[in-house]
Amino acid sequence: MGVLLDENTRVVIQGFGGAGQREARNSLDYGTKVVAGVTPGRGGQLIEGVPIRNTVRQAVDEFGANVSLIFVPAPFAADAIIEAADAGLATIICITEGIAIRDMVGVKRYLRGSSSRLIGPNCPGVITVASHARAGIMPVDVYMPGSVGVISRSGTLVYETVDQLTRAGIGQTSSVGVGGDPIIGTTQREALQLFEEDPDTAAIVLIGEIGGTAEQEAADYIKQMTKPVVAFIAGATAPPGRRMGHAGAIIAGKAGTAQAKQSALMAAGATVVQSPSQIGATMLQVLKERGLA
Amino acid sequence: MKLHEYQAKELLARYGVPVPASQVARTPEEAQRAAEALGGKVVVKAQVHAGGRGKAGGVKLCATPAEARAAAEALLGTRLVTGQSGPGGQPINEVLVEEAVDIARELYLGIVIDNSAGMPLVICSAAGGMEIEEVAEHSPDQIHRQLIDPTVGFQGYQARALAFATGLEGDLNRPAVALITALAKAFVECDGTLAEINPLVVTTDGRLLAADAKFSVDDNADYRHADLFKLQDKTQDDALEVEAKDSGIENYVKLDGNIGCLVNGAGLAMATMDAIQFEGGMPANFLDIGTQNDPAAVAAALKIIGADPNVKAVLVNIFGGLARTDVIAEGVVQAKRGGLLPQPTVVRLAGTNVEAGMKILDDSGLDLIRADGFAEAASKVVQAAG
Repeated sequence: MGVLLDENTRVVIQGFGGAGQREARNSLDYGTKVVAGVTPGRGGQLIEGVPIRNTVRQAVDEFGANVSLIFVPAPFAADAIIEAADAGLATIICITEGIAIRDMVGVKRYLRGSSSRLIGPNCPGVITVASHARAGIMPVDVYMPGSVGVISRSGTLVYETVDQLTRAGIGQTSSVGVGGDPIIGTTQREALQLFEEDPDTAAIVLIGEIGGTAEQEAADYIKQMTKPVVAFIAGATAPPGRRMGHAGAIIAGKAGTAQAKQSALMAAGATVVQSPSQIGATMLQVLKERGLA
Repeated sequence: MKLHEYQAKELLARYGVPVPASQVARTPEEAQRAAEALGGKVVVKAQVHAGGRGKAGGVKLCATPAEARAAAEALLGTRLVTGQSGPGGQPINEVLVEEAVDIARELYLGIVIDNSAGMPLVICSAAGGMEIEEVAEHSPDQIHRQLIDPTVGFQGYQARALAFATGLEGDLNRPAVALITALAKAFVECDGTLAEINPLVVTTDGRLLAADAKFSVDDNADYRHADLFKLQDKTQDDALEVEAKDSGIENYVKLDGNIGCLVNGAGLAMATMDAIQFEGGMPANFLDIGTQNDPAAVAAALKIIGADPNVKAVLVNIFGGLARTDVIAEGVVQAKRGGLLPQPTVVRLAGTNVEAGMKILDDSGLDLIRADGFAEAASKVVQAAG
């Protein structure tokens, strides 16, 4: 089946501007149920064939939306996430980039104990291939149904990884872009747990990055996993102390280095890939060794 | 955005953090007058963003105003190269002339964002005056921590716990609690991403003072802090990085190698650098072009790469999601035709609108090296760079 999204997924898009409309169209073409859009003040309109409402609550009540996809501009994104949680949506996926850290501190604290799960922000979203359920911005052509789950901090590295897997003849259950910001809703560790518990996922690719300690926390969980994990850490050659685009990717202290993360993952039993071009080939080898391919 | 020490101290003083008496000087004469006003014995400190100033000779203790003048003369107008500044160093346009205090004890006080907890974390240690990372590694029991919960804010008991744990007791306890609380308030209200008082000093006459101060403001919160962002000193950044920012490219970092890279997405950009190094090359830059709808912006980014004298070959590595490969292809063609990108150029396109992108490259008739897939792209550009 995959994680987070399935054939029952009903997506509401918050922030139905240019990007929101385009991705609504792409998801509808793919076969995803995009049931409503939310743009305050435009309630009642029909844009790209999608009914627009003023509030998320209306989209839930009228159209049974259960997943929110957020494109709202950064200064208003925290408000949008909390609105979605308050409307009771199970899964909230925030694409928006550039949200202030202080806003995310508040969001993260608000969501503690809530039944809503936030993915992102600053992420490419989630797709479950077999269900044609897409809540994100990923190109769908590279995906192929199968049994490998993909987790990544970076959006484009999700596409790159999935492309390599598909070219190697390995299909995917779902991909989850957890996001490149310092404070994110769902961590790599939590995403691993979702795939570990998904009966259709046989193996997982984990794409980490320099900075922070999220990969070490993921490694801690890998120790107790039954499924094989292939991991790559981007930024092994980045000079320390320089910020490489992702706010999360500034190396602070030794724990943040690629080497420290690679060691932790290897010690936990993951297969660590040194070159990003070898992800697909390595997964193929791991699956073969286990009699899974 | 990083503040200079003097800017950080002015900011923190407004919140009630006690700082030594000081004046900013932009000429040796100003430094001398400042030293006279401060009572003669002063410290003259180079105002650059990079840490490690002391070891690099950027901080000078002066016994007289004449010495202060000489120290300022030696520093102003030069570039300070520290362990953290990069080989080119950073220009010293200002010095801070500060009263020299007699120090009895040095402590550390800082606030960072704890990504895992999702909250700011106040860190205090009795081991001040050295790198906190070293203290954390060698004597972790000397580091005391308190989170700032956004629902209720930083509490008095937390400040007291930090003060008592670091021996700020007796007459020092109340001022310490006030100082820690003031720093926490400044951090939250000003969208801090890093605040450091290192060292926090106790003087021989019993005062508690922020002898140094670092403060970084969240770039994503600029719309809330127009006043603070007026303080931004771009002279501290690499000239090519400033030009990139002015062209609307937020994510350009100059590096030391000879292979220029234009990539979409920070993760793929880092992975591209890794792949180049894996193939035996060295990247000349990090550049995340992000999502561009205008080919001219892509050409402008390529111009910055092409203008770097170290660059011998260029790799354009794009996996389009929101970003469209046809826009990138158009930008590459514009840059090549305009002579902005004379170096051999390897182009790898995948994802959104890739057929249209490929066609633009084919129709251009330009001499571009095409690559299918990541590995091929990296190996071809390393070959092209020789």
